[in-house]
Amino acid sequence: MSTLVDLVWLIPAFPLAGVLILMALGRRLGEPRAGWLATAMMGGSFIATLLVFIGLVGHEGDERETVFTLFEWVPAGKLAVDIGFLADPLSVTMALFVTGVGALIHLYSIGYMHGDEGFSKFFIYLNLFAFSMLMLVLGDNLLLTFLGWEGVGACSYLLISFWFTDEANASAGKKAFVTNRVGDWGFLVAMLLAFLTFGSLQYGEIFFDLEQNGVAASTASAIVVLLLVGAAGKSAQFPLHIWLPDAMAGPTPVSALIHAATMVTAGVYLLTRMNPIIAASHDWVPDLIMWVGLGTALMAATIAVAQNDIKKVLAYSTVSQLGFMFVAVGSGAYVAAIFHMVTHAFFKALLFLGAGSVIHGMDGDQDIRRYGGLARLLPITSMTFVAGWLAIAGVPPFSGFWSKDEILAYAYGENKVLWLLLLITAILTAFYMTRLVLMTFFGSRRWTDEEVKAEGDEEADTETDEDALPHRHPHESPWTMTVPLVVLAGLAMVAGVFNLPFTSDVHFLGNWLKPSLFGNEGHLSFGGGTKWVLAIVAIIGSLGGVSAGAAVYIRRRIDPARIEHPFLARAWRVDEVVTNFMGGPGRRAFERTTQFDERVVDGAVNATGTLVRRTGTKLRASQTGLVRSYALGIAIGAVALLVWFITRAGL
Amino acid sequence: MVTASWYLILAAGLFTIGATGLLVRRNPLIMFMCVELMLNAVNLTFITFGRELNDIGGQVSVFFVLVVAAAEVVVGLAIVVAINRRRPQATADDLSALRG
Repeated sequence: MSTLVDLVWLIPAFPLAGVLILMALGRRLGEPRAGWLATAMMGGSFIATLLVFIGLVGHEGDERETVFTLFEWVPAGKLAVDIGFLADPLSVTMALFVTGVGALIHLYSIGYMHGDEGFSKFFIYLNLFAFSMLMLVLGDNLLLTFLGWEGVGACSYLLISFWFTDEANASAGKKAFVTNRVGDWGFLVAMLLAFLTFGSLQYGEIFFDLEQNGVAASTASAIVVLLLVGAAGKSAQFPLHIWLPDAMAGPTPVSALIHAATMVTAGVYLLTRMNPIIAASHDWVPDLIMWVGLGTALMAATIAVAQNDIKKVLAYSTVSQLGFMFVAVGSGAYVAAIFHMVTHAFFKALLFLGAGSVIHGMDGDQDIRRYGGLARLLPITSMTFVAGWLAIAGVPPFSGFWSKDEILAYAYGENKVLWLLLLITAILTAFYMTRLVLMTFFGSRRWTDEEVKAEGDEEADTETDEDALPHRHPHESPWTMTVPLVVLAGLAMVAGVFNLPFTSDVHFLGNWLKPSLFGNEGHLSFGGGTKWVLAIVAIIGSLGGVSAGAAVYIRRRIDPARIEHPFLARAWRVDEVVTNFMGGPGRRAFERTTQFDERVVDGAVNATGTLVRRTGTKLRASQTGLVRSYALGIAIGAVALLVWFITRAGL
Repeated sequence: MVTASWYLILAAGLFTIGATGLLVRRNPLIMFMCVELMLNAVNLTFITFGRELNDIGGQVSVFFVLVVAAAEVVVGLAIVVAINRRRPQATADDLSALRG
């Protein structure tokens, strides 16, 4: 067998080594060497992934699944869990873009985190995140995936509240952590249920058992619904999406890496990985996944229209795009889901890094109302951002078009209403991204540089006016930041070729992923003609969205205030509803639970203690302290034993 | 002919004397000697059976009992001496500080 695939353990080993080295020597290495070390580790991990990929390509189609077991981790009777890595097309695809995009974002962070006190700490967290994410992706059993799942959650928490001295950042981290906990509950229960049903946590054994013995549709449905709860928590789907927009409090590279490209796609990965169980469940289960995805996609897209924080727009856009992926999973289009995940990783990481570059240039200001006309001052950033914009808007031949079109096609095959709503979401996506680009890079400058001072600036930065920096002087970022932008822009433009829809030969990703999907991939029920019509409708839709954005924000045909409804700006008031519920009925329910805990659970414990003490008090009397009475007791006991032996035991 | 049962009867007699003494006497030293008497009755039984069954294990057990008894004497006599120093003429029934 090819030995290249056996290098799979190296993939997570590199970032782990980075964490350990930086923990020991991080402060001594200082800036920028700590960052370079972390980046080199990610680069090494990427190369290892490439080698595994090459090794896997060398195998025959059906044999592209290798389990590499490092050692036994939990030997507990029937439950045997190994530290094992599963190298199959799905996991390696994930690992490729996690390490690839991860390495670029590490490089970017060297420039972005320049001068930060916690420079080396930041890279420890970033490497730890990469390690956890790779464990999640490469783990060959549910428990190892769960370990990575919790690891990325912890890193997400640490990185969101990285600048923890600010109250808002700290509570954003807490919000993410608590919301994710709800989802983790689902994952945990699903895992236990899977173990009870299949007798193993290893993917291969679960699927083998499923194939041999089958499973009750209701059990499979329960497992998938619980997994959906977990996936919704991690991938920010309604109603657990509320943490992601707040997670933007973290440094921008974190938003790009964790909250756009990699961690938030873990839910989609998990559902794709468990596709045989989805196939074995009731019909309404995939529909549920689909409608959750659609609802989230549509809602988040409408919210993004009315946001003024550049990162919030992108955050809601991420939520919306993840909704697209859920729709794809629900309609059986796993390949389209993974395809969109990959293209989304490229263009959304690009957009976030571009946003970071703009924020860097604008001295930390994130409000697009105070941007404008930055295109000429930030040439590389704006050029690459435009590439990302066209990709997410779905303009051909940029990558987003291909993946989104495939999802739309499957949605059409599933349900016409679903398709229409998804198309509206796609149009909205084009619209709000156009708004973002136009308000940031084009139009009038809503800031001043040193010479001129406009009145518009007064209310904008009254506080910076008193500081040494009264004005903005945008500047292009250093090369460590622009190189990742250029690479990602290139990928965002051409990533469509991974999976061209024309013939089955150029459907590369689809053919590649086949062994991981066990024939559960859905098939389109209509021919090429309908596909063309759908694609043309999608193109018209996205161009329509772009031109509508241009009409509102350049030509001012409609007052933007009429579109940016306060209800949308406040994110459909989901946060308020949650807060009110938790403050009112939720709190009362918890108090009831507390009473149950205090009275019944604590009561049982205390009653046991009291009983023992009272019995002891009664029995004390037998301890007379007289040695001879004890001796008498022993003698009587010995005689009794003797009598028993003689009479009963037949001696 | 002295048969094994004679020895066993002797041992039973010694044991009964020891046990009775332990229960009825109050002088710690006497009680102590009664315990020794019981131990030696057991030793005698061991020897008897060891010889009767032609098993060396009986004698081996005696050595163990002797060693334990020697250790016990060291501790026990030390306690008896200590009690006599603190409270001369104290009987076993007077020493009931551990009453619950």
